[in-house]
Amino acid sequence: MIDPQKNSTLRHLGEIAHARSGDKGSSANIAVIADSCEAYDFLKKHLSEVLVADYFQAMEPETVVRFEVPNLQALNFVLTGILAGGGSRSLRVDAQGKTLGQAILQLRLPIPPNLIKMEKEVS
Amino acid sequence: MKEVLRIGNAQAFWGDQPDAPARLLNQQPNLDFLTLDYLAEVSLSIMAIQREKDPHGGYAPDFVETVRTIAPLLEKNSKTRLVTNAGGLNPRGCGEACKRVLIENGHGHLKVAIVEGDDVLREIRQAPGNSVFNNLETGHSATAIANDLVTANAYLGAEPVANALNAGADIVITGRVADPSLTVGPCLAHFGWKRDDYDRIAGATVAGHLIECGTQATGGFSTDWLSLPNLENIGYPVVEMTEDGSFVLTKPPATGGRVDLRIAKEQLLYEIGDPGEYLSPDATVSFLNLSLRMDGEDRVHFSGAKGRKPPDTYKVSATYREGYQTSGMLTVFGLNSVEKARRCGEIVFQRMENAGIKPTKTNLECLGTGDSVLGAAGRPEKSNMLETVLRLSVSDPDRKIVERFSRELASLVTCGPQGVTGYATGRPKVRPVFGYWPCLIDRSSVQPSYYFLDD
Repeated sequence: MIDPQKNSTLRHLGEIAHARSGDKGSSANIAVIADSCEAYDFLKKHLSEVLVADYFQAMEPETVVRFEVPNLQALNFVLTGILAGGGSRSLRVDAQGKTLGQAILQLRLPIPPNLIKMEKEVS
Repeated sequence: MKEVLRIGNAQAFWGDQPDAPARLLNQQPNLDFLTLDYLAEVSLSIMAIQREKDPHGGYAPDFVETVRTIAPLLEKNSKTRLVTNAGGLNPRGCGEACKRVLIENGHGHLKVAIVEGDDVLREIRQAPGNSVFNNLETGHSATAIANDLVTANAYLGAEPVANALNAGADIVITGRVADPSLTVGPCLAHFGWKRDDYDRIAGATVAGHLIECGTQATGGFSTDWLSLPNLENIGYPVVEMTEDGSFVLTKPPATGGRVDLRIAKEQLLYEIGDPGEYLSPDATVSFLNLSLRMDGEDRVHFSGAKGRKPPDTYKVSATYREGYQTSGMLTVFGLNSVEKARRCGEIVFQRMENAGIKPTKTNLECLGTGDSVLGAAGRPEKSNMLETVLRLSVSDPDRKIVERFSRELASLVTCGPQGVTGYATGRPKVRPVFGYWPCLIDRSSVQPSYYFLDD
């Protein structure tokens, strides 16, 4: 598989989406919310379970499942076992998956420039 | 009947801003219900330790202090009623302490109701081999941990809360209740929805899910956080519920933070699994038909929640003893700070090994280098890193082994590299570890109920 993280022409996911992460036991979820309909279509195609599993490989998630939420232009990823025991017993500084949302926004993708210029839908 | 029911939240967890409830009541005097959430997944295990020291404890004592400050405000204006899970493991003890404070301050006529029935520790201990108690994450049988169980509480639904409110409660104190049910209860009581009116209940469940984490619904913890105004006075969330189950998420006027579509979507998807099947004891909810639109500044309108019958089981959060752990940090400043920090950590673990001490789990993190996500999001150039925080952690079933580590860290102040600092806080504190055991229980084995405390 090509490692997209090594290609310098790629752009950060954070340029077309925002995110939120949290825990449930030793699993975490990461919601990725597109800034526009076009960005959502792009993410639906490119931000796959395999890509996300690969990106977080160092944290050893057991499974990665993606749920589509078209009415919110969002993708919700559930990563089981990624928190090494979770809130009460993980020895990691982030036992609760609080950092994962910011981490995924650093993921780099071949984002078309026209998606990035689009104004963010603040209201 | 009021057309719009205003429900706020001013406590997202045990440790949230202590003055938030009073502030919200002052900022939003027309609030009908104030909900205060004190229970995270493992909060009850902390309360169990407190109860071992003091049989009258086992609840969130902060709540009693909160009652002292807000009692006069509850009676002002629209007469706000209070629903909280501050009761933890001992709702009655919490209620009695609350009642004493109310009487002392001339508010003894406020009616305090207690909701009980969530404690299912005995049921699991009696039949740990019952497959309904298998760990939802691992599938393992509870027999292996039955003797180490500390707490086991079912997430009750809104029904007993609504019944207490219908019977005239001014303050409802519960133990473990599903977080959204703190909001659904007031809606059931006020609007008189049928218990199988699942779409309306789904709407209230979504509203409760949005506000249960307090200021996370108004911009706290959001991607856009740094650009938000007046964060030192961030507003706590308020939902304006209507009879059809649709609602507006907002916050009091002239408060900081923001309520917009971006923030609302983030909080909607916070800590959820399948958005088509959000499990709650009051309804199984689908978010997939939800429609969000701006309804003026700092107002987001929600409609279209779909609900169906909830499962025949309650979810249970159980905790069990699993030994001890501790973490300590040191700051390393100067050239090659990352290498120096890592070497410091290796020295501590090697010394312990030389002394024949091997904790079952250890962890070494160099904070500042991307270690919070184990480097998944990339790492900065080491040559640019003039400063690194070393964080070392160990856990073991034997308390003595963890204590030994806690003593070993300090020596680095004199035998570590030049520029090592930040040990002023002293030896890291050893604390008990509680394993989390999520499982189910048949509804027929649980009898939720409420009663009033006598005046």
